[in-house]
Amino acid sequence: MKYIDEFRDGRLARNIAAAIAAEVRPERRYALMEFCGGHTHAISRYGIEDLLPGNVQMIHGPGCPVCVLPIGRVDNAIWLARQPGVILCTYGDLLRVPGSARQSLLKVKAAGADVRMVYSAADSLTIARDNPDRQVVFFAIGFETTTPPTAVVIKQAKAWGLSNYSVFCNHVLTPAAIANILESPEVRELGQVPLDGFIGPAHVSTVIGSRPYEYFALEYQKPVVIAGFEPLDVLQAILMLVRQLNEGRFEVENEFSRAVTRDGNLKAQGLVAEVFELRRVFEWRGLGLVPYSALAIKEPFAAWDAERRFAIETASVPDNRACECGAILRGLKRPAECRLFGSVCTPENPIGSCMVSAEGACAAYWTYGRFRQAG
Amino acid sequence: MCLALPALVTELLADDMALVELGGVTKEISMALVEGVAVGDYVIVHVGFALSRLDPAEAEKTLALFAELAQA
Ligand code: SF4
Repeated sequence: MKYIDEFRDGRLARNIAAAIAAEVRPERRYALMEFCGGHTHAISRYGIEDLLPGNVQMIHGPGCPVCVLPIGRVDNAIWLARQPGVILCTYGDLLRVPGSARQSLLKVKAAGADVRMVYSAADSLTIARDNPDRQVVFFAIGFETTTPPTAVVIKQAKAWGLSNYSVFCNHVLTPAAIANILESPEVRELGQVPLDGFIGPAHVSTVIGSRPYEYFALEYQKPVVIAGFEPLDVLQAILMLVRQLNEGRFEVENEFSRAVTRDGNLKAQGLVAEVFELRRVFEWRGLGLVPYSALAIKEPFAAWDAERRFAIETASVPDNRACECGAILRGLKRPAECRLFGSVCTPENPIGSCMVSAEGACAAYWTYGRFRQAG
Repeated sequence: MCLALPALVTELLADDMALVELGGVTKEISMALVEGVAVGDYVIVHVGFALSRLDPAEAEKTLALFAELAQA
């Protein structure tokens, strides 16, 4: 397939890997965080870590939206699904995320709740139009890639005067999470996460552009290279980061220039700004309370805000004590270091959220067999 | 759910919709988030919406960079 196959060429991958091996300085370590779950997935799927010299270490970041959703919000969605007359629509990945008391949307669906998986936010709108006597709630999650589609459907619901439709908004922001990782006490005081550089998200950056990362590069003196999701993209970004670190530079570079510009998608940004506003604080699984890291629906669209319509309150619920998702999401631990990994916790029976989505670090390690070597 | 792939726009439809082709599969997706897309363009599709248009010249540049490494 065009624009896919040529970025997966195994021979070229080995060439880039050889260039990386030739350029790394043996006396130093290169700890690179890929923020985005799509990159975590690609790194595991294509065995990229096996192509890297031992002193280049990939650290998996919190960029999987399913993984960072706190249990309290999953419980809210489960509660919503159980309300009489409600149809809860959601992206498929969310069905198996465990909430409190080992409940999940899949389990309440099996018990009779009307939970429907949608491919697109637009599908939830169609369901609302086709079921005027039911309350249809779209359980919206995701980073800057899924937020603009949610903005489009909220505007459409208002334009159509759809009174049986609302959105339970859980959209979160990438830059806030990166700042939180860089400022976490583990990084500042203990130096447990000596991150040397970042691979910047692919599709998030198509929307927000490369400009928002310029602040990090400067403020924290860390290089950022935005990369596409194909294996050659990731390897090339690693090579670019190695070069920046060797030369003592900390700049924002764009490997994914075929889809990302400095300004990003202004139309999408405009729609998001029209419909959403910043929340003062939002809880992330693994990161805790992060200021100004999530979006809420603005007043003019309040009638389509499920949080207001159903007077939703969110409790803070701690993770299963043995689950290491929190440490994994901050780059402090690897999946194989969790004692539930692969024994009690598997994709069929996930204990923590990192095992649910294909982009979660635990699920990616499990699926592609990395655990055998890491264990 | 973040995975998204470049797809070829084959037909523009009413209401900001379009048909795209991805590995032999045709899908109807929304163009509400992108401007000035024409038939024959590649777009990055995510949860049923085109997020951005692919720039063929930039793609060539990146591929040329890989090829350069191959010769080095
Ligand atoms: S293996 Fe399961 S329990 Fe352990 S950290 Fe990963 S998701 Fe949590």
